[in-house]
Parts: sequence; C-alpha cells; structure tokens
Amino acid sequence: MNSPATTGGSLPLLDLLIATLLVVGATFALLGSIGLARFSDFYKRLHGPTKATTLGVGCTLIASGLFFTQHDGSFSAREVLIAVLLFITAPVSAQILVKSAFNENPKGRPPAPPSVRDFLKIPPEKTHPSK
Amino acid sequence: MSTVLLAGTSIALGLLTLAMLLCAVRLARGPTASDRILALDTLYINSLAILMTMGIRFAEPTFFDAALLIALLGFIGTVALAKYRLRGDIIE
Repeated sequence: MNSPATTGGSLPLLDLLIATLLVVGATFALLGSIGLARFSDFYKRLHGPTKATTLGVGCTLIASGLFFTQHDGSFSAREVLIAVLLFITAPVSAQILVKSAFNENPKGRPPAPPSVRDFLKIPPEKTHPSK
Repeated sequence: MSTVLLAGTSIALGLLTLAMLLCAVRLARGPTASDRILALDTLYINSLAILMTMGIRFAEPTFFDAALLIALLGFIGTVALAKYRLRGDIIE
C-alpha cells in the first residue's frame, strides 16, 4: 500500500482499531441475523435486524471512515452520508413492517403494557378490512 | 495492507457471510410475507456491510458508491413491498 507522506506510513495502532471495529461490527450484524433466524414471533424477530444490525453497520462505517482518512491522508466524510441515511431509514422501515404485520394478523400482536393507552385497540364490532 | 487489517477484514467477511446465510434461511422459511420482507431488509443491510469491508480490503473507494446505491434502493424496496402488503397498492 502506498501511504502518503503526511501520515508517515501505516500506523499499527490505527490498523488495530480499524480491524477491531470491523470484527465487532460484523459480530453485531451476525447477532442480529441470528435473532432474525431463531426468534419465534415476527415482533420478536424485528428486534435483531433493527437494533443489532444497524449498530454493526455503524461500526463498519466508522472503520471505513478511519481507514480512508488514513489512506488518502485527508478527512473522508462520505461514510457519514450512508450512516445518516441508514439511521434515518431503519426505524421508518421497521415501523412500516410492524404495520404490515399488524394488518396481516391483528390478533397476533403481543399485549400492550398495562399502564399505557392502547392506540391499536381493535373495536369488537369493527372487523379488520382485509382484501 | 498490514497483517492485522488483512486478518480483521477476513474474519469480518466470514461473519457477515454467515449473517447473510441466516437471512436467506429466514427468507426461505418465513411464515408470513412480513417475515420475508424483513429478511430482505436485513440482507441488504448485511450486503452494505460486506461492500464497505471489501472497500477496506482492496483499499478501493469505488465500493462506497455501490454501498450508497444499495442503501437507497434497499430502503425504497422495503417500503414499497410493505406498503403493498398494507394497502394492496403502492401509490394511491
């Protein structure tokens, strides 16, 4: 690798940090996918990908930003673009997926916590508008 | 490329491949359509991580563009599929 003169060669400590972030990020992504594959219920399955996997990709993006900052010798901010995009879109897609699952089977959802107003309560006389 | 970085990217690529395989299992098995959409969503996020790791491994910034494209189109695909399941229509 031809490292620029400004950084004075490849920094071993930074390489170690990048490698650690990569492995930690990949481990989180794997844990999220294990949760997706092994949990018993759709609402439980949603927890893995929406939280663990997003954190894992965040770690990978930080590693990539650090690596290209070192490699090019100047600050690389393109990874921030993907990070912002991902952290905005992940909750939106999770919420719309919950709505889709609730639409498929309104009875299958877990009970609401006792002290909370139940916004999705189904009135007994009103049937679900299924197509 | 230093040995530490080579080992780190190799381990990360192996773990992410395993994660994508697990997503594929859920995609094939998933009892409801929502499960399959969620599996596709996780699959594209994992492929995003794989592309960024490959970019570090080959010290090649071109992988970033592919990752950005997947991040954009994957979200749109997930929302379109879920919206179709929700309403029976995408654009009302």
